[in-house]
Amino acid sequence: MSVVKKRRKDLTIFQKLYIPEIVKGMLLTFKHLFGPKFTRQYPEVRYEQPDSYRGRPVLVQENGKERCVACGLCSRVCPALAIEVQAVETEDEKERYPNLFEINMLRCIFCGFCEEVCPEEAIIMSKDYELTFTKYEDAIFGKDKLLVPVESLKGRIEFLRKYR
Amino acid sequence: MPIVTINDQKFEFDSGETIIQVAERNGIDIPHYCWHPRLSVSGNCRMCLVEVEKMPKLVIACSTLAMDGMVVHVNSLKAIAGREHVMEFLLINHPLDCPICDEAGECKLQDYAYAHGTGESRFIEQKNQKPKRVKLGPYVMFDAERCIACSLCIRFSAEIAKEDQFTFVQRGDRVTIETFPGKEFDNPYSLNVVDICPVGALTNRDFRFKARVWDMSDTKSICPGCSRGCNIDIWVRNNEILRLTPRFNEAVNDYWMCDHGRINCFKFVNADDRIDSPMIKKAGTHVSSVGWDEAISKTVSTIKRFKSDEIAVIGSPFAIVEDNYLLAKFARQVLHTKNIDFIKHINPADQDDILIREDKTPNSLGAKLAGISPRNGGLNFEQIMEGIKGKKIRCLILIEDDVAAISQDFLDSLSNLDSFIVFATNNNKSTELADIIFPSATYAEKNGTFVNFQGRIQRIRPAVMTIDLDRSLDAMSLSRLDKFGTEFDRWGKARKINARSTWRIILQIANSFSMKFNYETSEDIFLEISQTIKEFDGLDYELIGELGIQLKSYQLVEEPILV
Repeated sequence: MSVVKKRRKDLTIFQKLYIPEIVKGMLLTFKHLFGPKFTRQYPEVRYEQPDSYRGRPVLVQENGKERCVACGLCSRVCPALAIEVQAVETEDEKERYPNLFEINMLRCIFCGFCEEVCPEEAIIMSKDYELTFTKYEDAIFGKDKLLVPVESLKGRIEFLRKYR
Repeated sequence: MPIVTINDQKFEFDSGETIIQVAERNGIDIPHYCWHPRLSVSGNCRMCLVEVEKMPKLVIACSTLAMDGMVVHVNSLKAIAGREHVMEFLLINHPLDCPICDEAGECKLQDYAYAHGTGESRFIEQKNQKPKRVKLGPYVMFDAERCIACSLCIRFSAEIAKEDQFTFVQRGDRVTIETFPGKEFDNPYSLNVVDICPVGALTNRDFRFKARVWDMSDTKSICPGCSRGCNIDIWVRNNEILRLTPRFNEAVNDYWMCDHGRINCFKFVNADDRIDSPMIKKAGTHVSSVGWDEAISKTVSTIKRFKSDEIAVIGSPFAIVEDNYLLAKFARQVLHTKNIDFIKHINPADQDDILIREDKTPNSLGAKLAGISPRNGGLNFEQIMEGIKGKKIRCLILIEDDVAAISQDFLDSLSNLDSFIVFATNNNKSTELADIIFPSATYAEKNGTFVNFQGRIQRIRPAVMTIDLDRSLDAMSLSRLDKFGTEFDRWGKARKINARSTWRIILQIANSFSMKFNYETSEDIFLEISQTIKEFDGLDYELIGELGIQLKSYQLVEEPILV
């Protein structure tokens, strides 16, 4: 006694005829060929990120100086040990500032903890995601690459104040 | 014995003890700011409030004497509420300075705000404005806003440092501390107030903003500044010593250490004038770096040119017991010379009844016990000096000391030597004249022991890596960055000096003389010392431990001053 079990793969006669299935497939192709387009010409046409987007972390520059007081909390909270800070004394009211602030962008995982922990709103996740390096040294961003004027970060700062 | 009940546990106590003393002795934590076991009771922080049955109000544990039959509740609801209210008052005028405050991470106010605070402030008014960044003295910075007026610094200056340099001025929320007009806070123990200050009001100007405390590793060691041998912690980040702090040891330094030790006894380890490889003098005055093997074979061939009584060996009270022991053994068994001594560094003008000793070396007793002495008719140091002047001594071997700094007259006579072999950590006057220089590891780069003036033997441990040391493989203490970083990170690429423990260099030289000295670690040498020298009988590194141990058979002997 034997039962022939029908498998799911078994094709119907209609499917076995082959041609109608091709027509069905081509119909889908042509539907998308003439329908609305979702791709964009990337380097020329760019993606407008929402304010909740977490790109590379940057330091906020205000009146030509960094807001950062080099407290080292970002460095402490960073799960990938990407941030290194060295504080020195300044005559300003804030008493100290970082004379060295480095983020190793090969280590950074864009988690945004540094932004969240910062007591001075001095480190912010920007919308910049285009990071390519050809050398290890290039991947370590110092203050020259990290400092960004506060005006260009308005959207993200407002987002943080609203939702954090 | 009278009995007091704290948290439902019964404890015996001596009459005259306060509640907090009984609790502390028995491991019960009562939070406190202004109480310190070595200082008088002032009772003004109110943090140690506890509930005592049959007393109408909460009492402060630091100034309430324990009584027979007293029942104390540290963690009753009433006591907890009391402490929460005290915390709220203390935090009213305390600025939110934690991000820029050096105390953050080891701050009692932070810890207690976390453990005993309510977590939110009801105070919406303007906080008090007071002077910030006041330079109180050469080493201490004061921030009046952060001060919680516990008066620990005032009592420390008056009672421990014996120089009454501080006082409270003003009242209420305007209260602040000041030195007397025109006077500086400059006693030789001033930096201890930074340790006992429960907040960041008093900070160390030398360490100011150098590192966050949680980024450093700490290593238990001994201060090499004088023969007291204060127990210290060495704080290291990126393989660089950033500060020293005292470590509690009741038998030696209690909770304190002097400013000289704290400020001056680590900078030479980081300095640029460290000797970074073996060096040989070639073509007159020029010294050039060579490899270890070349320097050692050169040393062997040099020493072989001299008769044994033409050679003198100078040990060092700055070097560890093991270094001195092996040097003495090398001198007697390989060089066959009896001319062994070390230089004493005594400054009778600089000593006091608190910690500072006139002997400015950490291990002169240890050097002597290890065999650095001209026994059986050898020349002592003065006779060696004479011998060099009279050209009887033609080869001098010196470890970890600066013989040329003793006098100009003696420095000139050193040119009489045919060969001058120096083991040194940093460049000094002797290395300028040396024919062969070996780079020695400093006290922060090796394992070993010092014997202080009391005859107490104490351990030092490596805190800084040399090229021979690896932080994890050699079981050195690790900071968070050391633990999780890689060799490609900055903290993995820190400077490592090409230096070795002096005993390791002597061992290599001795074995090049076809001796068969067989030591792997300094502990191997110490075990041999403990079997051969009666003062060290039965000791090992484990027994010495973190707090050291008294050499039992050693009797304190005051000795005449040599230099």
